[in-house]
Amino acid sequence: MALPNLVLIAVFTYRPLLSNMYYSTLDWTLGSPTATVVGLDNYVTFFSSNDAPKVLGTTAVFTLVTVGGSMVLGLLVALALNAKVRGTTFARSAVFAPYVLSGVGVGLVWLFIFDPGYGVLAWLLRGLGQQSPQWINDPQLSLVMVILVYVWKNLGYCAVVYLAGLQSLPKEVMEAASLDGANGFRRFMAISLPLLSPTTFFLLITTMLSSLQAFDLIRIMTPLGSGTSTLIYEAYLQAFGAYNRAGYSAAISVVLFAILLVITVLQLRFVERKVHYS
Amino acid sequence: MTSLSPVNPDPAAPAVPGPAPEPGRDRPLSRRNLIQTLVGGYLPLLIATLVVFLPPLWMVLSSFKQSGEIVTTDLKILPESLNLDNYRTAMTTVPFAQFFLNSTIVTLAGATIKVILAILTAYALVFVRFPFRNFIFVLILVALMVPPQVSILPNFILIAGIGGKNTLWGIILPGLGTAFGTFLLRQHFRTLPNSILESAEMDGAGHWRRLWQIVVPVSVPSIATVALVTIVTEWNDYIWPLIITDRPETMTLPVGLTLLQNSESNAAGWGVLMAGAVLVIVPILIIFAALQRYIVAGLTQGSVTG
Repeated sequence: MALPNLVLIAVFTYRPLLSNMYYSTLDWTLGSPTATVVGLDNYVTFFSSNDAPKVLGTTAVFTLVTVGGSMVLGLLVALALNAKVRGTTFARSAVFAPYVLSGVGVGLVWLFIFDPGYGVLAWLLRGLGQQSPQWINDPQLSLVMVILVYVWKNLGYCAVVYLAGLQSLPKEVMEAASLDGANGFRRFMAISLPLLSPTTFFLLITTMLSSLQAFDLIRIMTPLGSGTSTLIYEAYLQAFGAYNRAGYSAAISVVLFAILLVITVLQLRFVERKVHYS
Repeated sequence: MTSLSPVNPDPAAPAVPGPAPEPGRDRPLSRRNLIQTLVGGYLPLLIATLVVFLPPLWMVLSSFKQSGEIVTTDLKILPESLNLDNYRTAMTTVPFAQFFLNSTIVTLAGATIKVILAILTAYALVFVRFPFRNFIFVLILVALMVPPQVSILPNFILIAGIGGKNTLWGIILPGLGTAFGTFLLRQHFRTLPNSILESAEMDGAGHWRRLWQIVVPVSVPSIATVALVTIVTEWNDYIWPLIITDRPETMTLPVGLTLLQNSESNAAGWGVLMAGAVLVIVPILIIFAALQRYIVAGLTQGSVTG
C-alpha cells in the first residue's frame, strides 16, 4: 500500500537528482535533439566566469539577510504575542497569514507599493521631500526590495514557532530569576534566549533551506533577474529564460543541491548532539 | 530592545515590551500598570498587526479604483465607489474563470490523491511489517529535504516527453508523491494505542478494514491538518505550473496572474492587477481564517519536538 507513493517519490524526487548530474555534463540546448558530452565544462564555466561570484554573492546576501531578518523580527513579534493582554490569539493568526498567501499575489501587491511613480512608498517619500528610487531597475535596490518583502511574508512563521518555544519555557526558572531581581531584559538575555536555543537552531535550518529555494517573489518582482539572481533563479533563467542552456542550468542546480545537502547533514549532526541548555 | 525604565522603576517587574507582567504582582488598576499594559502589551501587537494588514488592505482598496484614481500623485486612500471594472477587465484580458477552474481542479485532485497516498503509506510504515521498513522511512525523510526546485528541469523533460505539457495531469503528477503528509501522519499513527487495533485484529478485521474503520476515524484532526496544508501549497504552487504550461487554457491562477502582469505593464494597469491578486489571495485567506488552527499547527510541525 505504500508502493504508489514510493514510486512517485523515486521518479519525481530521486531520479531528478541523478538526471541533473548527468545533464550537467552535457552541452545541451533545451529542446534540441542533440547534445555533446563536455565533462565538467559547465562547472568550470560557471566557477571561472563572472557568474559564480555574482550568483553566489547574491544567494549569500539574500539568504543571510532574510534568515537573520525574519528570525530577529520574528522573535520580537513572538515577545509581543506572549504578552498577557487580549487579542493575542487574533494577532498570532494575523501575523502568520502572509506565510500562507500566494507569493505571486503578494509580490504584485508589493510591486505596486514600491512603484516609483504611483506607489504608496513614493508618496510617503514625496511627503518627506524625497524622490522614490527606481527599485526595479537598480540591481542593488531590487535585491533590497525582494528581501524586505520576503521577510514580511516569512517572519510570521518564525514568530509562531518562537512563541511556542517561549510558552514552553519552564515557569519555575523564570519566576526564580525574577525573585533574584533580574530585570526583564537581563532575564531575557541570560535565561530565555539560551533556553530557546533548540528553537533558534530549528528556525535557522528551516528558514535557511526555504530562503535558498525562494522563487515566487523573485520571479514576479524581478522577471529579468540580474541583481536578484540567486542560484535557484539563475538555474531557472538559464534553462527556461532566454538561453535554454539545459546543461549549464543543471550544473547550477547540482551546486545548489550540494549546498542544501551540507546544511541538512549539519542539521542531522547537531540534532544528534542536541543543542540544549542543560 | 528598549528598556522602559522611566515608567518601570521596579526591577522585579518586566521591562521588556513583550513578556507579560507576572500575574498577582501588579495592582490591576494603577496608572503605571495601565501605561505599561498599553505600551508594552498593546502597542507592539497593534504595530505588528498593522504591518501585516495594510498591504492586503491596500490591494483590496486599489482593486476598486479607476485608473484616474491610481495614476495621480495625490494619494487617495478610499476608492470613489465600489467599481468592479477592474475585475471585469482582468477577466476579459486573460481567461481568469478558466484559471480559477484549473486551479480548483489541480488543487482538489492533487490534494485528494496526496492525502490518500499519505494515509496508506503512513499506515504501512506503522502497522504493517515488511522488510526494509525503516530504510524506506529514511528514504521518505530524505525526500522531505529535497526541494522541488532542483527537480524542475529533469521533471520537465520527462513530463514534456510523455505529452504532459499544457495538460492538467502534467501539472498534478510530479507533485503527487508526498513525504510531508506521510511523515506527519506516521508521527500521529505511532501515538495511537495498540489496544484498539489488537481487538479489531482479534475480530478478524484485515488491514484495509482496520485502516478505514479505526485508524482514519480517530485521526481526523491530523488528516485535516495534512489536507489543509496540501490544499494551500497546491493552490499557491508556482514554479512547476509556470514551466509546464505556456497556453492560457491550462494555466493555474498564479501563472495566469503572471500573464496578466505582462499585458498590464503600464501604471494604469495596477488596479486590474490588484483585482487579479485579490482573486488569487482571497480564497486561501478565507480558508485560513476559518481553519487557521490546523494550518498553523501543520506548517510549524516539528518545531516543538525538534
